[in-house]
Amino acid sequence: MTRAIRNYLVFLGRCARIAVVGDWRYHLWMGVLTALCLVGLNAYAKQLVHGLITTGMTDQVSWGVYIANFTFLVGVAAAAVMMVIPVYIYDNEELHDLVIFGELLAVAAILMCLAFVTVDLGRPDRFWHLIPGLGKLNFPASMLSWDVIVLNGYLLLNVHICGYLLYCRYRNRKPSKWFYIPFVFVAIVWAVSIHTVTAFLYVGLGGRPFWNSSIVGPRFLASAFTAGPAMIILALQIIRRITEYRITDKALLTLRSIVQVSMLINVFLLVNEVFKEFYSGNLHVASSRYLFLGLHGYHALVPWIWTAIAFNLTAMFLLVLPLSRSLKWLNLTCVLCILGIWIEKGMGLVIPGFIPTPLGQIVEYSPSPNETLICVGIWAFGLLCYTVFLRMSVPVLQGRLSKANEGLQEPACRFDKLSPPGNVEGPRRYEGDA
Amino acid sequence: MDMPNPESSPNLASPPPGPDMSRRSFLRTSAVLASGMAALAASLSPLRELGDHVSLEQFVQKYYKELTPEEMAQVLKRIEREVERQYGIRPHVQDLKPMDGVEFVYALNLTRCIGCRKCVHACVQENNLSRTPEIQYIRVLRLPHGSLDIDNSEHNYAPESVPEKGYFYMPVQCQQCRNPPCVKVCPVHATWQESDGITVVDYDWCIGCRYCEAACPYWARRFNFTEPSVPKERLNPDMAYLGNRPRRQGVMEKCHFCIQRTRVGRYPACVEVCPAGARKFGNILDPNSEISYILRTKRVFIQLKEELGTSPRFFYFFDV
Repeated sequence: MTRAIRNYLVFLGRCARIAVVGDWRYHLWMGVLTALCLVGLNAYAKQLVHGLITTGMTDQVSWGVYIANFTFLVGVAAAAVMMVIPVYIYDNEELHDLVIFGELLAVAAILMCLAFVTVDLGRPDRFWHLIPGLGKLNFPASMLSWDVIVLNGYLLLNVHICGYLLYCRYRNRKPSKWFYIPFVFVAIVWAVSIHTVTAFLYVGLGGRPFWNSSIVGPRFLASAFTAGPAMIILALQIIRRITEYRITDKALLTLRSIVQVSMLINVFLLVNEVFKEFYSGNLHVASSRYLFLGLHGYHALVPWIWTAIAFNLTAMFLLVLPLSRSLKWLNLTCVLCILGIWIEKGMGLVIPGFIPTPLGQIVEYSPSPNETLICVGIWAFGLLCYTVFLRMSVPVLQGRLSKANEGLQEPACRFDKLSPPGNVEGPRRYEGDA
Repeated sequence: MDMPNPESSPNLASPPPGPDMSRRSFLRTSAVLASGMAALAASLSPLRELGDHVSLEQFVQKYYKELTPEEMAQVLKRIEREVERQYGIRPHVQDLKPMDGVEFVYALNLTRCIGCRKCVHACVQENNLSRTPEIQYIRVLRLPHGSLDIDNSEHNYAPESVPEKGYFYMPVQCQQCRNPPCVKVCPVHATWQESDGITVVDYDWCIGCRYCEAACPYWARRFNFTEPSVPKERLNPDMAYLGNRPRRQGVMEKCHFCIQRTRVGRYPACVEVCPAGARKFGNILDPNSEISYILRTKRVFIQLKEELGTSPRFFYFFDV
């Protein structure tokens, strides 16, 4: 037992050590991210002292860019499942080893989500009121209590799956199916649930007609399964570029077809919603009118939402054309998807829900500089986490950081270009296989 | 079992670090660590102004409904101490419980309301609402004759004198719903409906997520975006725990039918101050109360946004 713990601690220690090893580009990247994190932390310290008045939020628009980013990132986290399903249900070999990168992205995204909700709290010192047993979690009545549970649960599930698989690889042991396959299937359902629950946060509010619509949940999932895999496509290419890790174009194109279908559904659902809002022409259309056309001379969001729609439509056409089979175009498409959905689902969903207020007042919102810095800080924090996760997991997956080479000099210099390509290709053999 | 060791490729076989190397790397590591700590400290430096936002006593305080009478007495003492320190006035803070056989209901006569906003200011004074930034529980809407569409309302009307021709006025405050959406959504039970129908907030339990503010269909909730401020000489020292005691930064508050008055048999401040007699308040469970008489005899009532199923305890009516 103590030996097992010791082994595990050695593994963690080596992972931690390798995270600070790299060439100057790696250090520069990490240095910039750390600096941005500190800038964000500084902005948050100011917010803690002076309160949320340092943001652009008001009693009229009481949620802003924090909750917008939170909503978007829950989608990114949920989308990791779109790599898991092909692998574990359809036995897609191309994506098999890449699942871990998707799940690590989910972990980083959930960490960002938790950071975004924390900075949105007026009294973060009272977070313990949310802990069941210790505080008074209003479960199951409050959708926010559901969100607390599903997000933290999803974080634990993914940490377990990634951690277990990586540790087995490190020990060069074949992972015991009972120890992770059930969790993988739970995580698939769970991923859908985190985004559905997050949609229900909004859908459940009868006093906000813009959100109180049953299409919000399906739209959330469609947009998540567009933006998330798009992000993974970009991330995989970056991994492929700066490490020797072998990632085939075929894997990327498999993800492309997921993005393709999701984007078509996403645009279709958007059309449904716009039709229902505008054709019937009842009084509840005010928020949509504000978003798409402007209301009584206020139109801060109009350029944003049309940019998002233009991006989404362009991405949709590119995705259905064979053109996007070339990586250059695919990358452009992915960037358009991510930006379009970030606008549409973040600011485009959260802010119009508050405009006009239930009493018909129009107060516009735009994030304050301090609020923006906090957001930048959290994004930098998320990228930092993801970089560290990759820095640890890539050598493990390549077999370059393993139990067999404990005590030897850690791989140094360039990110990971040291290992001769021969060592990383070909099917992997486990001790038990022989 | 022997594994092929990928690290054994020649370009990796660096010589073992000598004492010189390790000293240099030690110095470098220390320099990096030191500058990192300095940067961290610098980025956290605004926290020095944090002051007494959070006292340990308040931080560990239990949930309102779980406090024993002795613990409640301690909490009330703490609040009195804190208010005295901040304002230089020793307040009288009570934990007033709902009375048996009482359910409060409000009725507002739209024919009589002249839109003078005296209720707004009486409420600010009575309930120790923040003056900077300005927080008000009551919002008076000006509507053109013939329409109850509040999307057409004017919030910031400022004529020479009221009432104005062609308009009527509709003050909106917490509707004290029988089926309150704000209570349902609170993730920590920091807001709830009491047996006399008043929905209250425990300012010492609220985490400030503002979900209730998003859920309220009447825009009746207010958030303390920064530390509220009330001039010392305007402080109302007659306070209730769930009522008008001073709030702190980062928590939600709302109209509570002046708990500190109504639970000892007085009218809310807005009822008392109304020069037009438009505001009526009382116990609906008492058949002889004025409010029971009004609800029995007046003909037309409006429950704002009735279609949402919130079932307000706040009725608007016309003299017809």
